[in-house]
Amino acid sequence: MSIFVTPKTKVLIQGITGEVGARHTRLSLDYGTKVVAGVTPGKGGQFFEHGKHRVPIFNTVADALAATGAEASAVFVPPPFAADAILEGVDAGIGLVVAITEGIPVKDMVRVKRAMIGSKTRLIGPNCPGIVTPGTGKDSKGGCRIGIAPGYIHKQGHIGVVSRSGTLTYEAVYQLTVKGLGQTTSVGIGGDPVNGTSHLDAIKLFNADRNTWGIIMIGEIGGNAEAEAARWIKANCPKPVAGFIAGATAPKGRRMGHAGAVIGGAEDTAAAKIAIFKECGIEVAVTPSDMADALIRAAQARGAKLA
Amino acid sequence: MNIHEYQAKALFEKFGVAVPKGAAAKSPAEFESALAQLDDGAVVVKAQIHAGGRGKGTFTDGFKGGVKFCQTKAEALAVAQRMFGNTLVTAQTGPAGRKVQTVYFAAPCTIEKEYYLAILLDRVTARPVIVASTEGGVEIETVAHNTPEKIFKVHIDPAVGLQGYQVRQLAFKLGLSGDCFKNAVKLITALFRAYWETDASMVEVNPLITVPGGGVLALDAKVAFDDNALFRHPEIVALRDLNEEDPKETEASKFELNYIALDGNIACLVNGAGLAMSTMDIIKHYGGSPANFLDVGGGASKEQVQAAFKIILSDPQVKGILVNIFGGIMDCNTIATGVVAAARDLGLTIPLVVRLEGNNVVAGRETLAASGLKLETAGSMADAAQKIVKLVA
Repeated sequence: MSIFVTPKTKVLIQGITGEVGARHTRLSLDYGTKVVAGVTPGKGGQFFEHGKHRVPIFNTVADALAATGAEASAVFVPPPFAADAILEGVDAGIGLVVAITEGIPVKDMVRVKRAMIGSKTRLIGPNCPGIVTPGTGKDSKGGCRIGIAPGYIHKQGHIGVVSRSGTLTYEAVYQLTVKGLGQTTSVGIGGDPVNGTSHLDAIKLFNADRNTWGIIMIGEIGGNAEAEAARWIKANCPKPVAGFIAGATAPKGRRMGHAGAVIGGAEDTAAAKIAIFKECGIEVAVTPSDMADALIRAAQARGAKLA
Repeated sequence: MNIHEYQAKALFEKFGVAVPKGAAAKSPAEFESALAQLDDGAVVVKAQIHAGGRGKGTFTDGFKGGVKFCQTKAEALAVAQRMFGNTLVTAQTGPAGRKVQTVYFAAPCTIEKEYYLAILLDRVTARPVIVASTEGGVEIETVAHNTPEKIFKVHIDPAVGLQGYQVRQLAFKLGLSGDCFKNAVKLITALFRAYWETDASMVEVNPLITVPGGGVLALDAKVAFDDNALFRHPEIVALRDLNEEDPKETEASKFELNYIALDGNIACLVNGAGLAMSTMDIIKHYGGSPANFLDVGGGASKEQVQAAFKIILSDPQVKGILVNIFGGIMDCNTIATGVVAAARDLGLTIPLVVRLEGNNVVAGRETLAASGLKLETAGSMADAAQKIVKLVA
């Protein structure tokens, strides 16, 4: 019915008392997310209060897990300490870690990935807006919102969205919502070159999810994640898929905001990725305004329903 | 972050990577003392800029070559004087070229053979990879295309680091033996330490050379660092050369704005890197030419919006501005207020199209309408792009 998280998923927030962590905990609580714990070393025993909510704070992720059975963690911890926070969650055995932090050194993430081999924890991010499984209430409230995405742009439905971007994802989600095409889950995998979850990881899950009837995939220059996903889609995914690649006008060799958005050679330009999308039967959104329409075209071509 | 060849070589020396003897001069006053550090006889004079292709480049006054072999120190001095303060244009600098403000004098080497050696992140495996080839002194992309079998790779497991057997494997594949083999193993090991401990994003030695007597040296050195790690490397930050950066980009970084100058005439101001890239793309799609990439990020205070406008308007090529904001947590009215204040304070006269969507958009649009400023609003990104392109045409 969704991937990674459901409206019932119990969430803990690492960095809950920091400015950004606190702000987004409040917004997630307002959205209906089951925030059951916070972790700030040294503030164990205190509470995070917001309206009627009283969220217990723990010193460690292990403590929080033992007390609350939290299933997913959001990491709102500054870059010098974020890899450590991720590994703490992994070591405690939590099922899902969503790392929002932008600016983690690449070497730290190389080591995190290595340390996570064999772990049952799924990492999403870092440098990502997080993940939303919309609810059925007003402005899609009652769902699960982990991260920083605006809740109100979502609507519960049957489209899976996976993207490296933040605001560009909101653009796609809002286009879908406005056209009455709700989402099962919207996943921001983030803009870093080394991350926990790729487009393909999410797409495999969307493909297996009976409730997801169509997929939008948003990528950008740099790396081969989109090409890898496209080839798998061609071989394995019967559902309509639309794609958009940002950075057609990006100059070579420059880091375009995201640490991972750097053209390395001839194969990771926007043009190269768009060509692979077309070869693999993915409907290409010509402009960012065209993302929802591209999915509609893809569905029409297959006689598939999207809502 | 990039550094100059002379700085990369100094870094190499610190880590025990053998380089030819050399000395840098940051002003003509330093030429003599720099040259004095080298033996008498031939000297190679190398212009220091953050771009490759220097050997084949041409200075804007017609002087040819950014890397010159000089028979005597007197000749080297004269060449350095021609180079210093001159503007060098190479295949990688763009037509405007770069001003040379440091000259590097290097001892010449008798080259037995040239190799290629680089260390970078392999995104597919999320591991560092050492790339080596027997085809040195040429473009590695060409080698990869024509003779990929001459490129050898070794991936480093971050749990155990670079292993001796991996380095030996590479050195044997390069066809080395005897003292050359031993020195290559030493160099590659030291180079990886330099890459790993400085949080480099890329280290490239092209060419790596063997010399008579079994020595192995890095004849050239190109190093770039992971910007995300600079907070823990003040010693690397100290190597930053602001002269090599576009002053607009330097100014933007002071306000924590992500700005990259391009060569078009329609400026953009956007929140989010993906949205910012796609805004540039959609401008081009509708026939316009983006002047910049600018991501104001998630915060976008009034001061940042003001600073962004100032930087945009300092580019004389800019003939129009497109503001594209998807207010997620950010309030559209906050941005609208900032845009109005900036436009008013800076006396904006060129076309401005503002596209707002998201949180509190109605209030934002009202603020823009009530401002009395000559600006246009737009619904979708397509609408916005088409409008600004038309206004600037």
